[in-house]
Amino acid sequence: MEMNEAVVVEGLTKRYGALTALDGMSFCVGRGELFGLIGPDGAGKTTLFRLLTTLIDADGGRAAVDGFDIRKDYRLIRKRVGYMPGRFSLYPDLSVEENLAFFAALFGVSISDNYELIAPIYRQIEPFRTRRAGKLSGGMKQKLALCCALIHRPSVLFLDEPTTGVDAVSRGEFWEMLGQLKNRGISMLVSTPYMDEATRCDRVALCNEGRLLGVDTPQGIVSRFDAPLYALEGENMYGLLLETRKMPGVVACYPFGESHHLVGCEGFDPHRLVGELERMGFCGVSVRAVEPGIEDVFIKWMSHE
Amino acid sequence: MRKSFGSFVRKETLHILRDGRTMMIVLLMPVVQMILFGFAISNEVNNIDVGVVVPHPTESVRQAIERISSNPYFTFKGYLSADRIDQALRQGEVDAVVVFADDYDRQMDAFSRGEGGEKAIQIVIDASDTNTASAGAVYLKSVLLEGHAGVVSPETHLLYNPQMKSAYSFVPGIMGMIFMLICAIMTSVSIVREKETGTMEVLLVSPVRPLWIVSAKMIPYFTLSCLNLLSILLLARFVLEVPMSGNLISIVGVSMLYLILALAFGLFISTVAQRQATALLISAMLLLFPIIMLSGMAFPVENMPGILQVVSCVVPTRWYIDAVRKLMIEGLPFVAVLKEFFILVGMTLMLLTVALRKFNDKLE
Repeated sequence: MEMNEAVVVEGLTKRYGALTALDGMSFCVGRGELFGLIGPDGAGKTTLFRLLTTLIDADGGRAAVDGFDIRKDYRLIRKRVGYMPGRFSLYPDLSVEENLAFFAALFGVSISDNYELIAPIYRQIEPFRTRRAGKLSGGMKQKLALCCALIHRPSVLFLDEPTTGVDAVSRGEFWEMLGQLKNRGISMLVSTPYMDEATRCDRVALCNEGRLLGVDTPQGIVSRFDAPLYALEGENMYGLLLETRKMPGVVACYPFGESHHLVGCEGFDPHRLVGELERMGFCGVSVRAVEPGIEDVFIKWMSHE
Repeated sequence: MRKSFGSFVRKETLHILRDGRTMMIVLLMPVVQMILFGFAISNEVNNIDVGVVVPHPTESVRQAIERISSNPYFTFKGYLSADRIDQALRQGEVDAVVVFADDYDRQMDAFSRGEGGEKAIQIVIDASDTNTASAGAVYLKSVLLEGHAGVVSPETHLLYNPQMKSAYSFVPGIMGMIFMLICAIMTSVSIVREKETGTMEVLLVSPVRPLWIVSAKMIPYFTLSCLNLLSILLLARFVLEVPMSGNLISIVGVSMLYLILALAFGLFISTVAQRQATALLISAMLLLFPIIMLSGMAFPVENMPGILQVVSCVVPTRWYIDAVRKLMIEGLPFVAVLKEFFILVGMTLMLLTVALRKFNDKLE
């Protein structure tokens, strides 16, 4: 069964002293799947990536990448995966082209061998190929790093928070590139703290404090939100938040961008709530039903922990 | 694999070349130090102004004065009267005064026969700089007694470096320090920099063994150090006029061995340190202080208290400086430094073993 999966993780545990960074995590990533690992800072995403790329050893559990055990066959794994760490890990004093050539040589290939694989991405930065990598913009750095991680045509690609610190347009472009790579049959494990990026993945795992909260397709995760959800707006937003939380029939109320999201219990009546709040002196209160997103599910699961 | 290795060396060379300021420092540091130690910071006998007091001028007194004034390290300042000695020294007109005895000829005859003669000459010297004073006094005495010496009275002969030119003794010291600085500090910092900036993570997740990466790092620094070796030897020979009487091939050979030892030291430091600042600090604590204090570069090992002499045995630079002194200044053949050579070989092997054993191809 393991040969059919790109990544198999079973009860993987990693401790740093008293802190348990990864607490018995289990999931699978299928061949050619774009798998998202979603969670806030400290969820254990980077630890998981370092375990799977064989940079550190696990304290418990087991895992296999491309059918090879991360402990026993770590040298084999290193030959066939691509890894793009969270922070910019290229040489700022080398040019774009020199960086790419170096990482190609690291894997014993030349740029021309796999040029067609990186071409859609590399063409965008090729006009700057003599520029030092340190002088590129954030989005271009990410594209170069992706090219460097791809140049040896890895079977599994690990991308640790590739869109952190990148502007919104570049983030969108980046996910489109990952979509193209998926079509080339490369399995990918991508972590991100941005919930809105989850919809770009085939399946996502929500995690928090080293534990998995759940694994499903983005739609599947959203569909697990079974309570009525409303967006609440008004003039005194903070006061609204505090008072609404005390209201009967309100399961949870939390800030969500411009508005507050409100989870009602079975048979919750939003009009009665507006009336109550206006009687208490709040002005311009509006409540409307909204579709739940992944973040709503995350918050719900986290409060159940 | 060979192709990868070549591209590593190329990448490392680019790092060095692109960091122009560091490269300038590395290439100029030995030159500046050689010139500083060779000329500015010297306690050698040089330009000592000598006055003489002559109550009874005779032919032999005239010859003695002639020997002083024709010596390039002394400047003959003229005759003084006995009561002006103190004043002349205080006013800085002279650094040393030679007082010839009334019966100089008779005393010298007695001295030559080994029957006294201690009162033939008195040397009064300005000892505000003790080192120069004692060295000057010894050398002045040996110049004055030329032709009379060696009959009976025990006498100190300063062999190989009779003028006590400090450049001679500083050259091996500078070599010992510079090579350690460049090879050990720079390699360790450059390896640790990869850990600190996160590129080591990417390098490790590749088929290349980290050891290859590290060896590739050493090659450009080794080359750079060889350039330094060349510039130091050229400066020593043609500017400081160190006779370089020994076998040049032996000097270069021992130096290359020492370079490898320094590289191994750098590798060892890089296995311990996680940050560039830590690597620098460890290098300074572990290398600079012991090298300057204990290697015999600044203070002779023989003058140290016993316990420090024992400690100095583990400082590789001590053995290197010893070997280069023997080869370069005493002009001894390679056989004479076999002990130092094998100690250095042993230390290199030990450091390499420890460093390679500690070198981890994981992050922790």
